[in-house]
Amino acid sequence: MSVTAADPAHALTPTGNLRRRLLINRLFVGATVGAAGLAVTVLFILIYYVASQGAGKVNLSFLTSQLPLVSFGTVQGGIGPAIVGSGEIVLISTAIALPVGVLTAIYLTEFAHPRVATTVQTALELLAGLPTIIAGIFVAGLLVDHYGESAYAAGLALSIIQVPLIARASMESMRRVPYTLREAADALGVARWRTITGIILPTAAGGIVTATVLAIARAAGETAPVLFTSSAFGTHYQLNPTQQVPNLPVEIYNLVNSANTTAISDAWGAAFFLIVLILATNVAARVWLRRSERKRGL
Amino acid sequence: MTPSRARLARLNRLDARASRALRGLALAGGAIVFIALIAIVYQIINQASPAISKYGLSFLARTNWNPSANVFGAWPMIFGTLVTSLCSLVLATLLGVAIGLFLSLMAPRHVSAVVGPLVEMLAAIPSVVLGLVGIYLIAPFVLHDIEGWLHAGLGFIPIFGPPGTVGNSVFTASLVLVIMVVPIIAALTRDLFLTVPRELLDGAEALGATRWEMIRGVVLPTTQSGIVAACMLGFGRAIGEAIAVTQVIGNITVAHHNLFAGGATLASLLANQFLTSLSALNTASMFYLALILLVMGLATNLLARYVSHHFGRVR
Repeated sequence: MSVTAADPAHALTPTGNLRRRLLINRLFVGATVGAAGLAVTVLFILIYYVASQGAGKVNLSFLTSQLPLVSFGTVQGGIGPAIVGSGEIVLISTAIALPVGVLTAIYLTEFAHPRVATTVQTALELLAGLPTIIAGIFVAGLLVDHYGESAYAAGLALSIIQVPLIARASMESMRRVPYTLREAADALGVARWRTITGIILPTAAGGIVTATVLAIARAAGETAPVLFTSSAFGTHYQLNPTQQVPNLPVEIYNLVNSANTTAISDAWGAAFFLIVLILATNVAARVWLRRSERKRGL
Repeated sequence: MTPSRARLARLNRLDARASRALRGLALAGGAIVFIALIAIVYQIINQASPAISKYGLSFLARTNWNPSANVFGAWPMIFGTLVTSLCSLVLATLLGVAIGLFLSLMAPRHVSAVVGPLVEMLAAIPSVVLGLVGIYLIAPFVLHDIEGWLHAGLGFIPIFGPPGTVGNSVFTASLVLVIMVVPIIAALTRDLFLTVPRELLDGAEALGATRWEMIRGVVLPTTQSGIVAACMLGFGRAIGEAIAVTQVIGNITVAHHNLFAGGATLASLLANQFLTSLSALNTASMFYLALILLVMGLATNLLARYVSHHFGRVR
């Protein structure tokens, strides 16, 4: 019987079926890496493209000047009133959504009977999945038809978007408060409201604040709910909340629709400002949350 | 010094009252959420009622939407909504699930800690900005580089019809929607894949399965209901997007099978025409469209919830 010299590398080289399996595996791993890479690439292309079109436009006078009067051909202007107005609308919206959202979260985590909790939770999820333009149409029918467009109406429409965001994240944050803290408070005979306001809310505050900041960033960029509730604004600074108030998303939308070259370059400038504001807020909120959770060992 | 008994009793009463007050406030918060949802449905049905009583359910199948002739039908928009959403969902499911797998099971922790938030950042880009990029970057790219190529290669399939003269098309709208839906599916499926018990994965690997075999044989079967639910939520997001879609879809209210021609969705038509309503019937018809969109959105979300709760094996 002849003995062939063993190739030392032979046993380590996959052959036949194993080779096929490893090849499929490698293709699959490559595909998932490719998918993730594609998503990140698209993000950077989007940011880069907006920056390349709009960054040159942004300077102090652009950020503070009154809006351009596109319909009369004079398109010299900036986005000052839209920035202030967006801030005002988002402030109104958050003033409605923050208490409602946090109270809903308290109700669902601390008080609710399971059956009622399921109903409210379902309503919350349905509200979270509500097409944003429906919020705009709803408020248009509810308020605008009777009282006209106003910052209040726009704020109400945006708060419909914000409530589920704040409520869900607050709930998650409150559920992560260790149950032992609640039991300790109960064992000491602490009243329920003191447990909630003195122990649970402060412990969950990091998550609630982050959720609120993210909801503010989200609301600042939403166009659809504001389009029918605060769109027919002038070019001047307008702070009266019973009137329609200029805002960035609708201003961008209108500038683009005007099909005027200067107006469109204004739109890019405004878009760049908006995207930087929103992405910076997002990054800051996440970094802050991670740090505050690490500090408390959660 | 210990407080007197009377003072203690008063404190207790105060505490009981404050607890009850907080409970009442919290209940009010929950009630507002519930009432808001009911109010939205009621309000939209109410405002749509003139169109509902005029057209009935045949509104859904009527193919003519012509405000200047005061004739309204929802079919072109329902069709456009389904086509754009389903097209985007096909791509977004593949990409989103792949990213979810990458983030949860493949990537080293420090890589996924960076890539995960970056993917979620895609969802934070305002739709009006995405639409702007859609008009000036994606639409020309689709027009010059994709449409002709797909038409030449796959033109025998009717959906890849002759390219249009502008890049605004159903196909461009679908691509923009992919960018919006991918981060949702990726984030949901990542969390889902992380719930697969470690022992199952270790068991598969101990038996000599490759990564792909482990995912194919263990991860995907145990999470399939959750994946379906995640896709439904992505679909719900796609049908509801108004602004970015109206900026790139061309706003043509005709149902046709060519992906490279313009179209309209329920939400995009509302964004485009709601402020320029020509008659009371026009307004009511648009509320009817909003009602259809609302029902589709609510049904999708309820179905997603049902699927993940009743067919879920991994909770």
